Amino acid sequence: MIRIENVSFRHRTVPILSDITLTIDKGGVVALVGPNGAGKSTLLSLVARLQPLQMGNIQIDGLPVDATPGRQLARVVAILRQDTTVASRLTVRELVSFGRFPHGRGRLSAADHAIVDAALARFDLADLAGRFIETLSGGQRQRALVAMAFAQGTDYLLLDEPLNNLDMYYARELMRALRAAADENGKTVVIVLHDINQASAHADRIVAMKGGRILADGAPCDILTPDMLEVVFGLRAPVETIGGKPFVLHQL
Amino acid sequence: MADRRLLALAAAALLSALAFLLIGLKGNIAFVLELRLLKLAALMQVGVAIAISTVIFQTVTGNRILTPSVMGLDALYLFGQMLMVFLLGGVGYVSLDPQVKFAVEVMVLMVLASGLLLPMLKRRLDMGLMLLAGVVFGVLFRSLYSLLARLIDPNDFAVAQTASFANFNAVRTDLLAFAAVVTVLAAVLAWRARHVLDVVSLGPEAATGLGVNWAASVTGLLLLVSALVAVSTALVGPVAFFGLLVAALAERLVVTRRHARLLPAAALTGITVLVGGQTLFQHGFGSATALGVVIEFFGGLVFLLLLVLGSRS
Ligand SMILES: Nc1ncnc2c1ncn2[C@@H]1O[C@H](COP(=O)(O)OP(=O)(O)OP(=O)(O)O)[C@@H](O)[C@H]1O
Ligand SMILES: [Mg+2]
Repeated sequence: MIRIENVSFRHRTVPILSDITLTIDKGGVVALVGPNGAGKSTLLSLVARLQPLQMGNIQIDGLPVDATPGRQLARVVAILRQDTTVASRLTVRELVSFGRFPHGRGRLSAADHAIVDAALARFDLADLAGRFIETLSGGQRQRALVAMAFAQGTDYLLLDEPLNNLDMYYARELMRALRAAADENGKTVVIVLHDINQASAHADRIVAMKGGRILADGAPCDILTPDMLEVVFGLRAPVETIGGKPFVLHQL
Repeated sequence: MADRRLLALAAAALLSALAFLLIGLKGNIAFVLELRLLKLAALMQVGVAIAISTVIFQTVTGNRILTPSVMGLDALYLFGQMLMVFLLGGVGYVSLDPQVKFAVEVMVLMVLASGLLLPMLKRRLDMGLMLLAGVVFGVLFRSLYSLLARLIDPNDFAVAQTASFANFNAVRTDLLAFAAVVTVLAAVLAWRARHVLDVVSLGPEAATGLGVNWAASVTGLLLLVSALVAVSTALVGPVAFFGLLVAALAERLVVTRRHARLLPAAALTGITVLVGGQTLFQHGFGSATALGVVIEFFGGLVFLLLLVLGSRS
């Protein structure tokens, strides 16, 4: 369980997050949505202790993120950031195997190699395994980064806009892989999405943020309503239900 | 492939060492050999120290153009040395045991360097800013050095190291034993940190996500770099671009940024260039003192090339 309690955050004097309280149960896919600048990335980076907490507290499985040794936490939670740059002259396989670092401090056992191979296969990277990261396309690189987060093998997975650069096919594949990880392996996935229809199709729960606050929190059918969309994104769009799931026709 | 190239590099390093020892051996062979062995040990140390410190520094800063000397660390070392002369007076300084003196200088550099650079490395700054800071630091330390040099007694000044660029022909063999301890220790620590270095190269956020304590790791690595810079500066004087040359060469030779390969490759390249170059200049091109200038010339070219190519991290 991820427990976020009364978390506020500011850059100098500018408030970024205001008194966020949110509990995410173990197992399942939670989508974090909201307009640009809502504070989604900031919240995720606080949960993953990439930035120091200023106010409030955050626990993952009872471990306070600001007081737990980094190594221990890295075996519980993995994060994919929105803007990851990777040093050159590293192969895809090397990058993905960095995901195993928290477990063996760089020494890869046979089991680690198997996990890396599985992550490569899962994201269709087996053919690219020997390529240098800087020679990949944007979407291929994104898949390699997701595979690295997967290879970390943690119960909690925080993904900040992992669908960036992915084509339709791989976007759906990734969402399905996350769904499967939640359903079959009991993983907890918190994912920032801009494609709200992906959230509707694959997430159990949608949390909508705006201006550093949580505006709405519920099942997709509660969040994807014309009124709610207007409140959160400031846009009116028709919502249709297909196969029992709401979809927003925001292109119209 | 990387492994075979590493072996080839090792062979090249070995060959240059043998050539350095054996070419033109005549007269009192035992005596000449002993002299050459001492010098070889010093050159190897300098090569290894500069290579390793540069690779680590580049990894920590996420930047292939920066080196400890571009950031003014060797100037800082000379400043620390001058500060000691200033505080102790020439007589006091000279009467100190050279090993003790060197140990204190190493520690002074470690403290000064981490005090200055750590705040900058908490978050990675972009290259332009780091370069600028490096230039400013370099000028600052050099000016402070000359200021102190002017303040002290001219007689005292003579005891401080006055070389303004490296002289690979006149190495300080009196510091050799102590420097060797520092170099070997630092090399072992760097080797043990090779996996952490791989992760550190991903940057503070990704490294933290993988469970690396960024502040602690960077502090440790920076102390290591300072110790190595102190060794090489003490033995031969400041070098500007040698580290850059060696790191860039090594990375292209083994075609990887994994430190398990890169660190040994850089160390071996450093030895080959330095020892091989010195052999060439001693026996081939006449002037034994020219190596430093030539290395700096090519290193400077590499620096410009990397800068022009806009080689980011
Ligand atoms: N280093 C910084 N200095 C000042 N303000 C910042 C900084 N980083 C983020 N912010 C501000 O914090 C707010 C929240 O940023 P955050 O990246 O969390 O938004 P987001 O919801 O992830 O947006 P996006 O959908 O564009 O990724 C924004 O208004 C942003 O301008
Ligand atoms: Mg964001």
